[in-house]
Order: sequence, then structure tokens, then C-alpha cells
Amino acid sequence: MSAADAIGRTYPKLPPYEVGREKIREFAEAIGDRNPAYLDAAAAQKLGHPDVIAPPTFPIIFTMRSTGAAVLDPELGIDYSRVVHGEQRFVYQRPVHAGDRLVCETTVEDLKNRAGSIFLYMRTDVTTEDGEQVLAAYSVIVSRAPEKES
Amino acid sequence: MAATVSYDDVEVGTALPAKTFPVQRQNLVMYAGASGDFNVIHWNERVATAVGLPNVIAHGMFTMAEASRVLTEWVGDPAAVVEYGVRFTKPVVVPDDDKGAELEVIGVVTDKLDDRRVAVELTARSGADKVLGKAKAVLQLA
Repeated sequence: MSAADAIGRTYPKLPPYEVGREKIREFAEAIGDRNPAYLDAAAAQKLGHPDVIAPPTFPIIFTMRSTGAAVLDPELGIDYSRVVHGEQRFVYQRPVHAGDRLVCETTVEDLKNRAGSIFLYMRTDVTTEDGEQVLAAYSVIVSRAPEKES
Repeated sequence: MAATVSYDDVEVGTALPAKTFPVQRQNLVMYAGASGDFNVIHWNERVATAVGLPNVIAHGMFTMAEASRVLTEWVGDPAAVVEYGVRFTKPVVVPDDDKGAELEVIGVVTDKLDDRRVAVELTARSGADKVLGKAKAVLQLA
């Protein structure tokens, strides 16, 4: 499919992802980060947050589920077995915290073919169920060109 | 949001405290479970080498998460990170020995922005390889 046809394409929203205190704790421990704002609601509240907050890269858990629909869209021509994660960026309106019920919507921002490798640029807008914007995640997925037969 | 670093105390060129993170197979197994990314190249040496990798490699997102600790530990409140992005340039290769790999991360303030925000650039290395490119963040300071 041409890039012009792909750009702007959005994918159906998945059911809301509910952020749990223990999931944040598990993620923080996996990255070795004992920041009290991730682990202790009272410490997070002292900083002005309603509950424990999530580390900056925690949103990959639910945004990657959302981008999966684009990566697996047969019309975009991505070969999943040759996929690597090229870039990732998050822009936060506010931190994610325990108790959030978050809805993701993924949009194709660009699709480029460079020497046989396909670069898929996606934006995932993350909002609460009430429509409050929480963050946007920008992902670049690369489907590497097959090696040439020698 | 309550950063412990004041915008007024920071200049272009201010260095953030550097950190070195050990990366062992155990860390990758924990990260796989916590993140839900169970791609076998992050824990199975047989598969990793069969697809041409030197060994098991860390998740790019694990590397991005570790590197972010240089930001969050400097500013105190992780909510002060208002933007954070990286390019995955080289993998962190994690051998199955007692030592594993090391990730060394440094950060420097590259710009002072409006609204008491600063731009920070991170450099992350594992051995001789620069493993993240374009690793940039915007922090909201006090």
C-alpha cells in the first residue's frame, strides 16, 4: 500500500488499561528503581500526586498493545519476524498513576521504504475514559529488508 | 510535580550525576515479566544466536528505562520528566556469566527552555558501543 493511503489510518481502541499499584511496583523493581513515588502512596501524595505514579517508560506496556494492530496490519506490509524497535518517545501531559483507566488510539504518522526496509512511524494518544489527555507515545518500528541471496 | 532541582541553579553544560547499571539475565527475565515483552531474543541464547545476534540482548525499552533513572534521580520527582525519547542504535549484549553487561549513562543540560524547563541529552554506552542515539528529555524544574 502506498504511504499516502497509510498515513492517518487509525486502529480500533482496545478496552481501557487499568493501572494497578502492584503492577507499577513490579515494573519499578524490574528496572531496579526504588523511587518512593513508585512504591509508596503517601510519598507520592507528598509530591502532589493522587496515588503512586508510574516510571516514565511504563506506558510502553499498554501503548505497545495498541501499536500491535498497526504492526500486524497486512496492508502495511510489515514482516513481523524482521521487526526491530527503532525509536521511542513519550510526551507527557501528566504522569500515569495507579487507578488510571487509560484508552489508547494508534495512528500511522508515516510509512517509509528505505532500501527495502520499511519504517513505520506511529503515534499513540493515551487518554482517560473521560477524554483527559495523559500522554502521547511515538514509536518507530523497522521491518528490516531481507538479506540478498549471494 | 515537585522537582528538587531549581531552574535557576542550572546552566547549559550542567552535568547530571552519572550512573552505571549492571545488566544480567535475571534483570531481563524480570523486565520481560513486568513489561509483557517475552520476545525470546531477550532470554534464549539458542534462538538469539540462531538469528545472528552475538548473544541474548536486553530489551531496548529496558535500556531506555535504566537510562531514564539518571533523569528521575536527579530531579527527585519522576513527574518532572515531561518528554523523553531515544533511538535504539545498538543492543546491550548480555552474556550468561556472573558479571553480565554494564550500562553507563551520563547526562548533560543542553538548553534552557521557557516555563522553567530544560533540555537534557543522555549518552548511554555498553562496552565500546553507544547503545542509544538521540536520547533527549525535557524536564520541568522548580
